[in-house]
Amino acid sequence: MTTPPLKTLVCLKRVVDTETRVRVAPDGREIDLAGVQFIIAPYDEMAVERALQLREAAGDGRVTVLTVGPEAATKELRSALAMGADDALHLVCDGRLDAAQTAALIAEAVRDRDLDLVLCGKQATDDDDAAVGPLLAAHLGWPCVAFAHALDVEGRTAVVRRELDGESEVLEVALPAVVTAQKGLAEPRYPGLKGIMAAKKKPLESRRAEPPAARTERVALALPPARGALRTVEPTAEGLRGLLTALRDEKKVL
Amino acid sequence: MAQFEAPDFFEIDLLLSEEERLVRDTVRAWVGERYLPLVERAYREGYFPAQVIPELAELGVLGGNLDYGDFPRFGSVAYGLVLQELERGDSGLRSFVSVQGSLVMYPIWRYGTPAQKDRWLPALHAGRAVGCFGLTEPDHGSDPGGMQTRAVKDGEGYVLNGAKMWITNGTVADVAVVWAKLDGEIRGFLVEKGTPGFSAPEQRGKHSLRASVTSELIFQDVRLPADALLPDARGLGGPLACLNQARAGIAWGVVGAAMACYDEVRRYGLTRRQFGRPLASFQLYQAKLVDMLAEITKAQLLNLRLGRLKDEGRATPPQVSLAKRNACAMALEVARTARDMLGANGVADEYQTMRHMCNLESVKTYEGTHDIHTLILGRHITGIDAFGAAP
Repeated sequence: MTTPPLKTLVCLKRVVDTETRVRVAPDGREIDLAGVQFIIAPYDEMAVERALQLREAAGDGRVTVLTVGPEAATKELRSALAMGADDALHLVCDGRLDAAQTAALIAEAVRDRDLDLVLCGKQATDDDDAAVGPLLAAHLGWPCVAFAHALDVEGRTAVVRRELDGESEVLEVALPAVVTAQKGLAEPRYPGLKGIMAAKKKPLESRRAEPPAARTERVALALPPARGALRTVEPTAEGLRGLLTALRDEKKVL
Repeated sequence: MAQFEAPDFFEIDLLLSEEERLVRDTVRAWVGERYLPLVERAYREGYFPAQVIPELAELGVLGGNLDYGDFPRFGSVAYGLVLQELERGDSGLRSFVSVQGSLVMYPIWRYGTPAQKDRWLPALHAGRAVGCFGLTEPDHGSDPGGMQTRAVKDGEGYVLNGAKMWITNGTVADVAVVWAKLDGEIRGFLVEKGTPGFSAPEQRGKHSLRASVTSELIFQDVRLPADALLPDARGLGGPLACLNQARAGIAWGVVGAAMACYDEVRRYGLTRRQFGRPLASFQLYQAKLVDMLAEITKAQLLNLRLGRLKDEGRATPPQVSLAKRNACAMALEVARTARDMLGANGVADEYQTMRHMCNLESVKTYEGTHDIHTLILGRHITGIDAFGAAP
């Protein structure tokens, strides 16, 4: 398969590190962000990686990364530039947006751009909407394939594989198109120190964006109920015997 | 394994550039995902997990601070953060990188000819070649000026005789930077693996730095070509300038080891119960955690200041001595206390603390022992040399 040079846009979101122990803020609607670490949403990062791989396979092309988010989200864009993206567009917007607002902002910003492919994660790991990609495709009037396990491009056609419940499906879709990344699409690289040092010289356009009015409103946010009491198993033969007995007799899973 | 939570009690993060944080976060993630799964077995069986070398090269950390070719050229604080995160993994990993960068690439970069640089720096940066640094001898540790290794002129080239000891990476090195006396003056030579008369047997039986290669270097009538000599290093200042680079890196590195121990024992105290309550609910346990956090925080701030001074070209060797001395003593104390707090579990290699503790015994000793740095600082304060040759 000969990968053609593509102009690819990857949409990524700054999210709370998935390893963070989340606390709810006093208002009962937002996450308490004090001391929290942020990352590129993991599926978005896979989309970045696949876009870079396609550019490398073609030996040419352009990968632009875009985010809608607060000023601080520059860090996540720089991180994607450090991985190897060519340039970045930051639509600066504070507060929480729903998927419809986000998709509308992105569509407005990229509608007139010459693009072959838009990639994003299947969902962001904070609000789990899984809707921005499909909504963006609808705005642009492009086809959309969500939950892609594999993506290749030949000529003006994207070949996408999806893992369904028990089957594996291959779809061909004409470009331009929107494809959303499922786990397995690509293993993100570490941004090397050379990439990090080079990233600060790459173009990053930042402009304030006014989202359309929200039509959903979050009214409550709560942590799931606490799990039952945890028992600690000592790493000894006796401890493991106790564990096996409990799994067999109490939990009936063995 | 639970995600590492680095203590940053005084929000030192806010004093770092976005780039420095990204460098730190990248290496931190790499260590957690790629190195920690390897280290326990490597330490137990006593080998350096060499499969990480290409990955370290890919990250760009091998001598990547040097101003050469297309190297990344990051600053001293970013480099320090790299070493801190690597030593959070293991002192052996940080030692590998320190030796390659500060003790092999740095002297070639600073004292070498353009041909020597072009031959070695790209290969060492890309991990295609490994280097080692031979200064310490069996009978000359703290007084390297007394070295017995000799080079004599032989036609256009040189003949080298002598032995070096406690040399990190020695057995696996493709090139050794060897310090020897030529006409009574200390000079640096590049000795390639496979040169007749040169051997580098591994030193076994270490209780420390077990996931790192340590070797003797033996030179028996080793004939070296004229271009083996590093032209621009003369006297003890040559190797000492390299050590000054590496010692600054050690000051950063051991803070990573201390943070790993602190994080492990803080978690342990919250889950381990005795007398019907968590260990962390006892005043003695809390007091130890507080002492650790206080010492780690002080060392973090000192390192940051040292890095900024280095980038301004103002860091002095006594400042480096103070930072190395303080950080190593602090980290070893943290590790010893943390090992205590883990009780019997603390001697099992399921917990990393004792591995760090054993490593830190070496790190406190190498590149200037604690006491030698004390004497360097004493001389700096008083103007009186308390460790020169006997009167």
